[in-house]
Amino acid sequence: MNRLASRLPAIVEQHQTEILAEWVKLQLESGAWRAGRLQESQLRDESNRFLNLFSRTLASGSMDTRSAQWSDVRDFLADLSRSRATQGFSPSQVATFVFSLKQPLFARLRASLGGEPDAVADASWEATLLLDALGLYTTEMYQQARESVITRQQEELIELSTPVVELWPGILALPLIGTLDSERTQVVMETLLQRLVATGSSIAVIDITGVPTVDTLVAQHLLKTVSAAQLMGADCIISGIRPQIAQTIVHLGIDLSAVATKASLSDAFALALKRRNLMVVPTSNTTAAARG
Amino acid sequence: MDRVPILRLGDCLLVTVQVDMHDELAMALQDDLTNKIVQSKARGVLIDISALEMVDSFIGRMLGNIAAMSRILDAQTVVVGMQPAVAITLVELGLSLPGIRTALNVDAGLALLRNMLDRADPNGHVD
Amino acid sequence: MSIEPATLPVRSGEDVVRVRQAVRSVAMDLGFSLVDQTKVITAASELARNTLTYGGGGEVRIERLMEGAKRVGVRLTFEDRGQGIPNIELALTDGYTSGNGLGLGLNGARKLSHEFDIWSQPGVGTRVTITRWK
Repeated sequence: MNRLASRLPAIVEQHQTEILAEWVKLQLESGAWRAGRLQESQLRDESNRFLNLFSRTLASGSMDTRSAQWSDVRDFLADLSRSRATQGFSPSQVATFVFSLKQPLFARLRASLGGEPDAVADASWEATLLLDALGLYTTEMYQQARESVITRQQEELIELSTPVVELWPGILALPLIGTLDSERTQVVMETLLQRLVATGSSIAVIDITGVPTVDTLVAQHLLKTVSAAQLMGADCIISGIRPQIAQTIVHLGIDLSAVATKASLSDAFALALKRRNLMVVPTSNTTAAARG
Repeated sequence: MDRVPILRLGDCLLVTVQVDMHDELAMALQDDLTNKIVQSKARGVLIDISALEMVDSFIGRMLGNIAAMSRILDAQTVVVGMQPAVAITLVELGLSLPGIRTALNVDAGLALLRNMLDRADPNGHVD
Repeated sequence: MSIEPATLPVRSGEDVVRVRQAVRSVAMDLGFSLVDQTKVITAASELARNTLTYGGGGEVRIERLMEGAKRVGVRLTFEDRGQGIPNIELALTDGYTSGNGLGLGLNGARKLSHEFDIWSQPGVGTRVTITRWK
């Protein structure tokens, strides 16, 4: 096997240019590439870099793609997968990049080792094992890249969907919209408390008009947030509690007696103003008459 | 050993608690503060805990003790600057810091103290 | 699987501060959120004080836990050779309601941790282990 193992690296190195040319040609011809998203120059460059790394690593003698010698190749493929994933290519399209190298490689092996069918078979088998492993590796890296994109998008969504607004200096409002899950509620509540400190606001109105249902866990988080705000020296008013939610709260045995609640956001705002010794008054009528 | 500095702001005392106070320091603070309240005839005590990354049951008890001792010496106590993470943890712990008024920052704390002291009746009792 | 558990002495007020700092450092390193960091160092502070005040001093073992790629946590084991706790159940309920420092500390640490384990034998010592996952 030693003698045969040494034939693949040598052939790849000697005929690298031809192999590269055929490989690129094959990729461009196949319908798998969305030419619009990937420039031909980029394709050539990446194919060239991969083949270089592949050849160099083969020369080191290792045939185990999981070993340290292959780490440069793996890193390259991981980066490639990540960038392809964000560009919108499918996992099989990315893996095809590696698998499509087989055809020109086998053709070259047949041409170079023509008179030795066993040698051709063995070298082809080695090449297949290597490229299969690398192709599958790109698929794994693709999955990881997709997962981290999704996680990041989820986090951004949580931030975007729960803005804290300043209704008036010293009065913040947090209009909650959509179904609250435990994790989202915690994040939202921490953000509210941080904004209270940052703006020096002493009152926060948490409006749950847009929340269809409240379960025990979410209600507990809401209450904990109110308690935490009170500990910090601020206060909360909960508004927009719909009749169904009021019923749920009572049935769940949740005690809201320590929290001020109002049916509507405007009632809550009025209460907040009152607490801060402010009130809204109409402007002078004479001014309006003069203009009219 | 360092001692926690106590500043005078008119008829109020301002204590800025440093990070990671250890027990001996906490005890020394209680001593210094009670002495100074009497010395300066202070009517209000403001404890700024904005630098505290953690409040456990011991520190909670210390704050409670300070508030109680001050009240006996006719001074009101307000704790300011509690960090959100600390507040959330205290709620989880079930510690409510009874008898302690709080405010978001020093300005709000001073305003609150002023309010409390102004509302005090001639006998010095605040509701 | 844990990586390099560290053992720190808990024999003085300064040690308690150092334990908090060490736990903060590990929690931050493991990517805990600020709130979760605060919870675990508060729990550590409670137990460290107990070890010092009621256990006559002892030590704490800080372990990083990594089960697979996603499950990451920190485990703290406080151990002392002090008088021990005669009735743990009582300490956990009565001590808590009476405001006793030991009970408050144990309950506090329990509430702030995902896993809580306590062993104690009068005349031998006490060991409390808490775990918090990210």
